[in-house]
Amino acid sequence: MEKNTALKDTILFVGFAAVVLCLPIILEPIGANYPDLLQKIAIFGIFAIGFNILFGLTGYLSFGHAAFIGVGSYMTLWSFKLLTMNVVPAIIFSVMLAGVFAYLIGYVSLRRSGIYFSILTLAFAQMCYSLAYSVLTPITNGETGLQTRAIRTNPETSLLDADLRVIDQAFGVQEVGVPTTNFFGMAMSGYTGFYFCAVLLIICFFIAQRLTRSNFGMMLKAIKSNQNRLNYTGIHTRPYLIAAFVISGMYAGLAGSLMAATDPIAGAERMQWTASGEVVLMTILGGVGTLVGPVLGAGLIKYAEQKVSSWNEGILENFFSFLPETLQHLMTNIGSLFVGEGWHTTLGLMFMIIVIFLPGGIMEGIQRIANIFKRKSGDNSKGASAPQPAE
Amino acid sequence: MSVAEDIANEPGRSFERGVANSVLHIDDVHKSFAGLHALSDVDLDVRQGETHAIIGPNGAGKSTLLNVCVGRLKPDRGAVVFDGTVLTGKQPHEINQLGVARVFQTPEVFPDLTVLENVMVPALSKRDGHFRLNPFKSFARENHIRDEAVSVIESVGLKAQLSDMAAAMSRGDKRRLELAMGLIQHPRLLLLDEPTAGMARHDTNATIELLKQIKQGGMTKVIIEHDMHVVFSLADRISVLAGGRIIAQGKPDEIKNNPKVREAYLGEEQV
Repeated sequence: MEKNTALKDTILFVGFAAVVLCLPIILEPIGANYPDLLQKIAIFGIFAIGFNILFGLTGYLSFGHAAFIGVGSYMTLWSFKLLTMNVVPAIIFSVMLAGVFAYLIGYVSLRRSGIYFSILTLAFAQMCYSLAYSVLTPITNGETGLQTRAIRTNPETSLLDADLRVIDQAFGVQEVGVPTTNFFGMAMSGYTGFYFCAVLLIICFFIAQRLTRSNFGMMLKAIKSNQNRLNYTGIHTRPYLIAAFVISGMYAGLAGSLMAATDPIAGAERMQWTASGEVVLMTILGGVGTLVGPVLGAGLIKYAEQKVSSWNEGILENFFSFLPETLQHLMTNIGSLFVGEGWHTTLGLMFMIIVIFLPGGIMEGIQRIANIFKRKSGDNSKGASAPQPAE
Repeated sequence: MSVAEDIANEPGRSFERGVANSVLHIDDVHKSFAGLHALSDVDLDVRQGETHAIIGPNGAGKSTLLNVCVGRLKPDRGAVVFDGTVLTGKQPHEINQLGVARVFQTPEVFPDLTVLENVMVPALSKRDGHFRLNPFKSFARENHIRDEAVSVIESVGLKAQLSDMAAAMSRGDKRRLELAMGLIQHPRLLLLDEPTAGMARHDTNATIELLKQIKQGGMTKVIIEHDMHVVFSLADRISVLAGGRIIAQGKPDEIKNNPKVREAYLGEEQV
């Protein structure tokens, strides 16, 4: 059993890493191999994997994880402004700060379960969102958002309008205008940015895989299965839940940090409840409690967001050009409800279809297909090995 | 406020009371629900290594008494003392960590886990304590615990279902699984709430044999049961609850012949 599990995990990990690193090639046929989309898929993949540690393993549905995205983004921007444009310190500080926030929010919210927990997390996230627009404007720069600027020459200038970058200055880094974010000199844009995010996604996947297979992960699954029974089994479930919440918050902080690292601007809209809802959709769409599912869900939603929202009536007319003119117009008119600004309708329909027919998400669909092939190959092998009357 | 309440308000305080060799001492426990007295003036001592049966008609307060013992319910008055430690006011997981395990009347298993995982979880809890954050300690590499879990599962007759999900099991099998979950912890006190309810006769007899074997190991047990065959096969002493009060205590023969018990619980039925 031990060897089997280890082997399966190794195959899954290697396969996952290979697919992630080859994404630009794999997604080329569907026109999704441009860096901006690839970065988003990797970043939201990290967010969804982390969210799944809480939701998938413990069953606690948080509607407030966008708050940690915001915390990660703002912390990263401040690291760029005060310390260095290198992303490493920014990521470390962001993940740590998101962990502290997650501990504080989790400590209070996890006093309740079920819908009350969800509402508490939602309330905290909305509170963070409102604070970012009001009393915290000296830190968040309100509606304008926090951005990197040129080095401050006049000490009177506010830090929102000029940066210090003390580490870069100490090392004598020459800046012309506003510098780009970098990983020890490599610019965090384009494919470099994607591969940086991809490597972090692979590391995050590895950690999530180890967590899921650990004793700790088993306790989280037991919480989801029957928390009350676990209490009578000698386990204090609260520390386990807080640990899961903090780990998942740190994943969200990392995702927020990477968003800011690849596009150095942080706004409060990243903390809006819709962002928290989006990760719930990604996880359910891909497959709650599975390792790969949330990443698939993230990829699918980000692809749909970028591609379907960019389609317009012209593209649809071309697409339906093989039909007679009347029918072509009719199909274009109907189709236009689901593309462009109406892409959310497509997402909603996709979500409904998957939840109704595949409650376990895309991963359940893949599992069903795999089972059909297994049965077929089982029948074939049985037929081959069955003794023949003449034998 | 009674002495027991004073003590109960000081969790963890050492408490030596009751009869000699008593491992569980229930001291003047009262519990009522909206004016209905579920338990009144309950005093009970369970001796080290004995199997103590609590019997009584439906609604007598038997399960309420066990719920008070494991921290599920807080008594209105009185205290429960286990091996010198007051349990009243403690959380269920703390009571379990002291060595008190419970088998529930309605099967309480982990439906989304396999039979093996169901039994390994309590074993890990016994070894690691109530919380351990070691995210990289692989569950699949717990060979020692797995071997022991397989052995306990085999002893309750579920070895063929080792990899089955608990949700798919019959009620009787879930009860046996629950028993395995209790036994793997090697508790000093095992509280069994109708452990054979829902089992076929041959499974009941197998469970009796299993519990007899455990008895030889010296584990103290409190058993609530309606099946008199089970009670008289296992019990060293019996307490009879009726209307929330203990109306009789003694050895099985004494209980059989106690007129109060006959009247309150057994009626005219010959035991």
